[in-house]
Amino acid sequence: MAEAAAFYILATLILGFGVLVITAKSTVHSVLFLVADFLCVAALYVTLRAPFLAVIQVMVYAGGIVVLYLFVVMLVNLKRPPEAHSDPRRLGRLGVVMAAAVLAQLGAIFAVGWVKPAAVEGTLSPQNVEQIGRALYADYLIPFELASFLLLVAMIGAIILAKREL
Amino acid sequence: MITTTHYMVLSAALFTLGVVGVMTRRNVIIVLMSIELMLNAVNINLVAFSHQLQNVIGQVFAVFIVVVAAAEAAVGLGIILAFYRNKETVNIDEMNLLRW
Amino acid sequence: MVETVIVPLIMVVTVLAAVLVTVMYIVLLERKVQAWVQVRLGPMRVGPHGTLQPLADVLKLFVKEDITPARADKWVFTAAPIIVLVPALIAFAVIPFASGLTLFGISIPGRIADVNVGLLYIISVAGIGIYGIILGGWSSNSKYPLLASLRSSAQLISYEIAVTMTLVTVIMLSGTLSMVGIVDAQLSKGWWFAFMQPVAFAIYVIGSLAETNRAPFDLPEAEQELVAGFHTEYSGMRFAFFFLAEYANMIVVSAVATTLFLGGWLQPFPNVPALSFLGLVPGWAWFMLKTFGFLYLFLWVRATFPRYRYDQLMRLGWKWLIPLAILNVVVTGLVKVLV
Repeated sequence: MAEAAAFYILATLILGFGVLVITAKSTVHSVLFLVADFLCVAALYVTLRAPFLAVIQVMVYAGGIVVLYLFVVMLVNLKRPPEAHSDPRRLGRLGVVMAAAVLAQLGAIFAVGWVKPAAVEGTLSPQNVEQIGRALYADYLIPFELASFLLLVAMIGAIILAKREL
Repeated sequence: MITTTHYMVLSAALFTLGVVGVMTRRNVIIVLMSIELMLNAVNINLVAFSHQLQNVIGQVFAVFIVVVAAAEAAVGLGIILAFYRNKETVNIDEMNLLRW
Repeated sequence: MVETVIVPLIMVVTVLAAVLVTVMYIVLLERKVQAWVQVRLGPMRVGPHGTLQPLADVLKLFVKEDITPARADKWVFTAAPIIVLVPALIAFAVIPFASGLTLFGISIPGRIADVNVGLLYIISVAGIGIYGIILGGWSSNSKYPLLASLRSSAQLISYEIAVTMTLVTVIMLSGTLSMVGIVDAQLSKGWWFAFMQPVAFAIYVIGSLAETNRAPFDLPEAEQELVAGFHTEYSGMRFAFFFLAEYANMIVVSAVATTLFLGGWLQPFPNVPALSFLGLVPGWAWFMLKTFGFLYLFLWVRATFPRYRYDQLMRLGWKWLIPLAILNVVVTGLVKVLV
């Protein structure tokens, strides 16, 4: 009962903030709605018994990536004419294609059938951090090392790209 | 009773919102933020399946996606800044230097 | 029902009330300590020796006019103080104040919540507080606040890295992210982590001074520099929120330092039987003593050291503290493996 209420409230907030992100007129407002969206997604992860992922979502996504977006938005905020809209006929055609894609998505989901929560014998333990740590360092060590390498490359790339003079 | 299907529908809806944002907005920063929305939708799906199958691998995969999203956001914003210094615009329609 | 809902609710109310009262009196304490260091008396008029001064301050801030700049972004301008204050207060949800007690058969734990990822929760919540600073400066639509907020937030995210690295060494020693688990690890090892990790503790002290925008790292909000920093255009209750948030942040940082490095609610030398008479002082009293000691350090440093210039500040953070913190992590790892 409480789980259902939490899910519906969070789902409404997530989708609502998502709509506001893509339709807000001011870019800074868009960024703020994105932060709110990410915080609601983190709350959703808590209800799904994934606390480590929830705090990672807040720390990395909401507290790191979106701060980056905010800085860039403030740096490029100039007094210029509002965003021009693209060709309306193109938007109309696009709308039809998108509607068809959404219907196909929903059809595929419901074709799979309502997934009943079966009594699956899994290995999810309440010691969430320990379990993820063990998985990362034992089974998935190579992807982990590659991910750290990727972050190093991205860091160097971002610094070089954003410097004024090389 | 909240089943995995509920989470799948939520994830599909969020993904669609991200796609609409990418295709309709002209401001390149909004386009990048819509891509982040899409990645979040995928993450929600993964965590929901991890909860259903009681296996931690879904969450591990989601962590990797967060890492990749962070790297991509940093580099993408660096590119935008470099382009802005050259051409003073963030409108995608005007980023056409490679067009013949 | 009682244990899962009512007891945490009462604890939340108690902790919030305690934090707000403490914040008010820390303000008074700061003025008094600075005054005594400078061989003068500080506030003396309101109440005996100025002890009712915080009430006068609160009253003043309540009745001041709330001014919004003409072309400020109204929603963001209103939201910024809230975004700064809420993370500072919710960080208290995972801090263990005592070892728990049993009253009338109901077990009252010493903390509001024991989350598996307690320490990460505090770090992530601190990251959200940065938004309030950026938005406060930007939404004021005015030069000095914008400059100050960008400087201040850049300083915060730089020192956040060094501080997080020191917390990593604490996690390595305790083997768990849960705050209660960290205190238990200090009990089982018999030493406070400040003695086992002096370098980490030193970096944490310096980093937390920078994290809370306190002297000597308070260039973004010093009166002589940028008017009043990112909260220049705020007045009345909104300014009160920023003020409250800054001092609540100080208390959070002190409480985290106490839990992680100074043994939380443990007595000094907890495993030495000869000194077990120290156990007569209850756990929460030790916790408050250590937290206030740490806070006094903040006030003392403010009265003593001159201010860092901004480029010196960033150089210190990036070129000295972060490499030192990373080196500390490597050395701790080596010692754990080899010893």
